[in-house]
Amino acid sequence: MPSSYLDFEKPLVELEEKVNELKSFMEEKDIDLTEELERLNKRAKVLQKEIFSSLEPWQILQIARHPERPTTLDYIELVCDEFIELHGDRQFSDDKALIGGIGRIGDLPVTVIGHQKGKTTKDNIERNFGMAHPEGYRKALRLMKQAEKFNRPIIALVNTPGAYPGVGAEERGQAEAIARNMMEMAGITVPIIVVIIGEGGSGGALGIGVGDKVLMLEYTYYSVCSPEACAAILWKDAKEAETAAKALKITVKDLMKLGIVDGVVPEPPGGAHKDYQLSAQLLREEILKEIKKLDKLNTEELLEIRYNKFRNMGQIKENSQKILSEL
Amino acid sequence: MLKDFFGKSKYVTVERKSRPRRSSEVEESGREGKKEMPDDLWTKCKECKEIIFNKKLAENLKVCPNCGNHFRLTATERISLLIDEDKFEEYDADLEATNPLGFPNYEEKVEKYQRKTGLKDAVITGIGDINGHTVSLAALDSRFLMGSMNSVVGEKLTRAIERAIDQKLPLIIVAGGGGGARMYEGMLSLMQMAKTSAALKRLEQAGQLFISILTDPTYGGISASFASLGDINIAEPGAKIGFAGPRVIKQTINRDLPEGFQTAEFLLKYGMIDKVVKRSELKNILGKILNIHEMGSMRGETDA
Repeated sequence: MPSSYLDFEKPLVELEEKVNELKSFMEEKDIDLTEELERLNKRAKVLQKEIFSSLEPWQILQIARHPERPTTLDYIELVCDEFIELHGDRQFSDDKALIGGIGRIGDLPVTVIGHQKGKTTKDNIERNFGMAHPEGYRKALRLMKQAEKFNRPIIALVNTPGAYPGVGAEERGQAEAIARNMMEMAGITVPIIVVIIGEGGSGGALGIGVGDKVLMLEYTYYSVCSPEACAAILWKDAKEAETAAKALKITVKDLMKLGIVDGVVPEPPGGAHKDYQLSAQLLREEILKEIKKLDKLNTEELLEIRYNKFRNMGQIKENSQKILSEL
Repeated sequence: MLKDFFGKSKYVTVERKSRPRRSSEVEESGREGKKEMPDDLWTKCKECKEIIFNKKLAENLKVCPNCGNHFRLTATERISLLIDEDKFEEYDADLEATNPLGFPNYEEKVEKYQRKTGLKDAVITGIGDINGHTVSLAALDSRFLMGSMNSVVGEKLTRAIERAIDQKLPLIIVAGGGGGARMYEGMLSLMQMAKTSAALKRLEQAGQLFISILTDPTYGGISASFASLGDINIAEPGAKIGFAGPRVIKQTINRDLPEGFQTAEFLLKYGMIDKVVKRSELKNILGKILNIHEMGSMRGETDA
C-alpha cells in the first residue's frame, strides 16, 4: 500500500491493490482477465467519485495538509512559462517560508508571491513548514510594490498553517508586518488574485490574502484558527478537532456562502497531489480568466470594488427590536 | 476631579441604556481581580500583592498606588478618562452579533456578556472632545469575550474610521483585546482584520491622523490589524502586546521566554511603538499631539 494515503481513502486503496494483484496474476499465468480488470477499474473510479464528493471538512483539511501536495514553487514551475525568484526584504533577511519573484504566463507578465512548504522533513525545516516571519511579509510587500510600479498583476498563493509564533518574530513585529500588508494590499493599483492552494491558516494567510479575487482550490481550507486550537480552547480537548473543523466553516463551499471567497478552482480526481500537471493547468486557466476580467477595469473601479468586497464582509443585527430582559 | 473619575458617567449615549455601575466592576475588569475576596471593597494587585481599597484604586485611575501596575479599564471608563466632560456622543450602539455559523452556544455566550457588561458587544465608538479637540474614538472592552473582534466590532470600527474620513477628524482607537479574531464567527471575524485595515488605508489616503493606543492585552487579530497601524502608536506601561500568545510561543520553541517579553516596554525597545505613557498622563499627551497636528493642518490651509 502507498504510505501516504488518508484513512478515508482506504477502501479505494484496497480496491486499487486488488487491481494490481489481478494484473500481476494475469501476467504470471497468462490468462486473459481484461474484462474483470476493466470492471474493477470502473468500480474504483465510481468509488473515488463517491468518496470525494461527500468529504467532511476534517477530511478536506487532511488533503490540504497532504505532504505530497504541490507547493507554491511547484505551481510556479508549471503555471509560469518563465520565473525568476527574487529574495530578501532589504531590512533583515530572506524568509524561505514566503517566496516571490517575477515571471510570465504566456504574454502576461506577473509577480507571484506565496508561502513555501517543504515535502521532506529536511526541506520543511528549511522552509519553516511554511510559517513566515515578519521579513517574509515585508519581502512580499516589497515585491507587490514593485509589481505596482511596473504594472504587473499579482498572484498570491496561500499555503500556511499560520504565521510563525516565535521570539524573533515578535521582536521584529509579526503583528505589524501582517497588518501593514493588508492595509497596503487594499490600495495597490494592479489586479491581485489570491488563491488558497493548501492551508489558509488565519492571519498568516490573510497577510498576503487581500485581493480582487480570492479563490480556493477544491480541497483546501481557510480558517480563523486551526481546528485543533479551537477544540483545545472550547472543548479543552484537541481530539474534538473534527467537530471544530465542521463548526468553523472552513471549506470553499461554506466560505462562498458566507461571501468570503469568490470561487473554486477544481482539482484532479483524488486531489492535486495525484496529478501536478492537471492541477497547474486548471489553476492557470482560472488565473488567466480572472485577470482578463480585472484588466477591463480602470484603477479607480478596481480599488473601489476591492474595498467594497472586504467592506461588506460580516453579519450584524441593526436596529433590532430585541430587548434583553435583564439589561 | 480625580476623586469622582469613575463615579459617574461623563458622556452621553444615544440609544444605549445606561445602568448604575457596581463597584464590583472594578474587580471584574481587572485581571488582578481576586475572586475569593469576602467583599467588593478590596482588590489585590497581582503584581505586588498589595491589598488596595477599591475606592482608592478608582481614584488612582485603576493604577496600583504601590507598584504602578495598570489594571484594565472598561470601555466606559476609558472614555471617561480621555473625553472632556459631557462631550461624547456614542454611535452605532444598537449593533449586535448574529450567529452566522450556527456555532454551538454562541448566542448564550453573547447574551451572558451583554448582561455582565451592559454592552451589546466588545467596542464603544463615537465622537468626542479631548481637551477641546474633536476626534472619532473607539474603545474596546476586554471584558466582552476577551475584547475579541467579530463582525460587530469590525463594522463599528470601520464606521468610526469612515466617520473620521467624512468629518475630517483625527481617529483614536483604544485597543485591548486578548482574544484576537473571535472564533465563534469564524472567517467572518478574520476578515474584519482586512476590512478595518482597508478602511485605514483610505484614512491615510485622506491625510487623516490615526493614533493607536495599545492597552493590556492586545493580541492576535487585534494587534495584527488596526492596533499596529497608527501614525502614532502609544502603549500603557506593562501592557501585554503581541501577535502570538506567550503559551503558544513557549510550546513552539520549547524554551523559556525572555523576561519582560511582549510588554509595552519590550515593544518600545524593538521599535514597534512610539511611546509608553502612564494612564495619568495619557489624556494630556493626546491633547498635545492633537494640538500639534491641528497646527499642521491649519498651516496647510493658509499656504493654499
